[in-house]
Amino acid sequence: MFYIYCPYCQEHREEEEFHAAGQAHIARPADPDNCTDEEWGDYLYFRKNPRGLHHEMWVHAAGCRKFFNMTRDTQSYEIKEVYKMGEQPQIVSEQDSIARGTA
Amino acid sequence: MNKYSGFGLLKHGLSYHENWQRAWRNPKPKAKYDVVIVGGGGHGLATAYYLAKVHGVTNIAVVEKGYLGGGNTARNTTIVRSNYLWDESAHLYEHAMKLWEGLSQDLNYNVMFSQRGVLNLGHTLQDMRDIQRRVNANRLNGIDGEVLDTQQVQEIVPIMDCSANTRYPVLGASWQPRAGVARHDAVAWGYARAADALGVDLIQQCEVDDIITEDGAAVAVHTKQHGLIKADRIGCVVAGNSSVLAKMAGFSLPLESHPLQALVSEPIKPILDTVVMSNHVHGYVSQSDKGDLVIGAGIDGYNGYGQRGSYSTIEHTVQAIIELFPIFSRVRMNRQWGGIVDTCPDACPIISDTPVENLFFNCGWGTGGFKATPGSGHVFAATLAKGEAHELAKPFSMFRFNDGSLIDEHGAAGVAH
Repeated sequence: MFYIYCPYCQEHREEEEFHAAGQAHIARPADPDNCTDEEWGDYLYFRKNPRGLHHEMWVHAAGCRKFFNMTRDTQSYEIKEVYKMGEQPQIVSEQDSIARGTA
Repeated sequence: MNKYSGFGLLKHGLSYHENWQRAWRNPKPKAKYDVVIVGGGGHGLATAYYLAKVHGVTNIAVVEKGYLGGGNTARNTTIVRSNYLWDESAHLYEHAMKLWEGLSQDLNYNVMFSQRGVLNLGHTLQDMRDIQRRVNANRLNGIDGEVLDTQQVQEIVPIMDCSANTRYPVLGASWQPRAGVARHDAVAWGYARAADALGVDLIQQCEVDDIITEDGAAVAVHTKQHGLIKADRIGCVVAGNSSVLAKMAGFSLPLESHPLQALVSEPIKPILDTVVMSNHVHGYVSQSDKGDLVIGAGIDGYNGYGQRGSYSTIEHTVQAIIELFPIFSRVRMNRQWGGIVDTCPDACPIISDTPVENLFFNCGWGTGGFKATPGSGHVFAATLAKGEAHELAKPFSMFRFNDGSLIDEHGAAGVAH
């Protein structure tokens, strides 16, 4: 059970007021009309899903209804930080950027 | 290997059951195998068994970081059914169902497969329309199924509250009589024992911490306990940890790992002789042979590898169960646990080659992998033996997420994602 600090309400509230909304910082392709199938599929479906530090979006659904970001450890479930949309995380893992595909 | 039989039981009874042989060996890994399977759960062990039995590949190792069948195989709610909507998945799950029907004989191990039927309840008009569509699709695919009305549901489960007085009244259900439950641990143990007898090395407490690639092809796994193990082909069947292994090999998967919880009550006298599932109020329940009610919850919305979930999820599930079965309101819950399920965007699995040559993944079963265990192992074995996807596995390539041929089974998957 999480006890989550909403950066907009500036209060700790219980998990049930919130919904997890998936991986954060996914940039929509700048030129969607000219994406390859691979780029578009990667954008839509392929996710980092790390075991460890993860940056994700949450929405304060039963509160201010705003989306915000969270850095959380997916193994220990410890919440490291919350930050507003448009802001960047202070806590990042070493190997946070991995491109898909080796070929 | 001694064959298990009634006579054997009698014979060993005379020596107070002290002379049973071990069910499988505990070998040290060799330096090189034809096939290394990462993950010693039901799916991985089934893969090894069918590779050895059907394809004659016996130089196989199954490496498992914990103990055999200790992950999601030990954590599911043991439901087996095949009433999926789309042709691709219906064929795959029905393939598994047919293997289930002869599995105990095939493995010489009682997996306690009990075809007690599964009800999928409908609580709204749209639920009932979806149920009718799915049952019709099932019948066209040769899968048994019936649409029942409230009265017929009440006759099958007399203790369920089917009155119009509830918040979400039961309007009917789909009914698959051939569906049922199986003993989850026995499935893993049965496959393990049968695979071991065919010469497969089952290596427990051996955690893969790297996948070694050369020129875009996988050549070996590196393990914490036993160092390098080379292989011509590598198959990863690691459920919730699939993304972690894919990352070792340098690519990502369209998966997110979530905790999925279940709980069992104290044992009670036989009261529920079928399986009841409801997507709408979200709960499913059956009664094990021990007598405990086995209850499945939904997944937690956040990503997690912790093999535990949030209490609010359990609370919601128990509310749904009590709404359906007021008679259970004073049953005490005994144990609760979580497993890590790898959910796919279209609620269908991935049985696939990967961007890395000689590396194959069988994953993405999400919330409903147990029912597919024999079929999954059977088609993945063929995929590993031939180096290309089995006919039934072809639609389940990971590259479907790039070409758009998704198979949307959110309706039949049965657990809210």
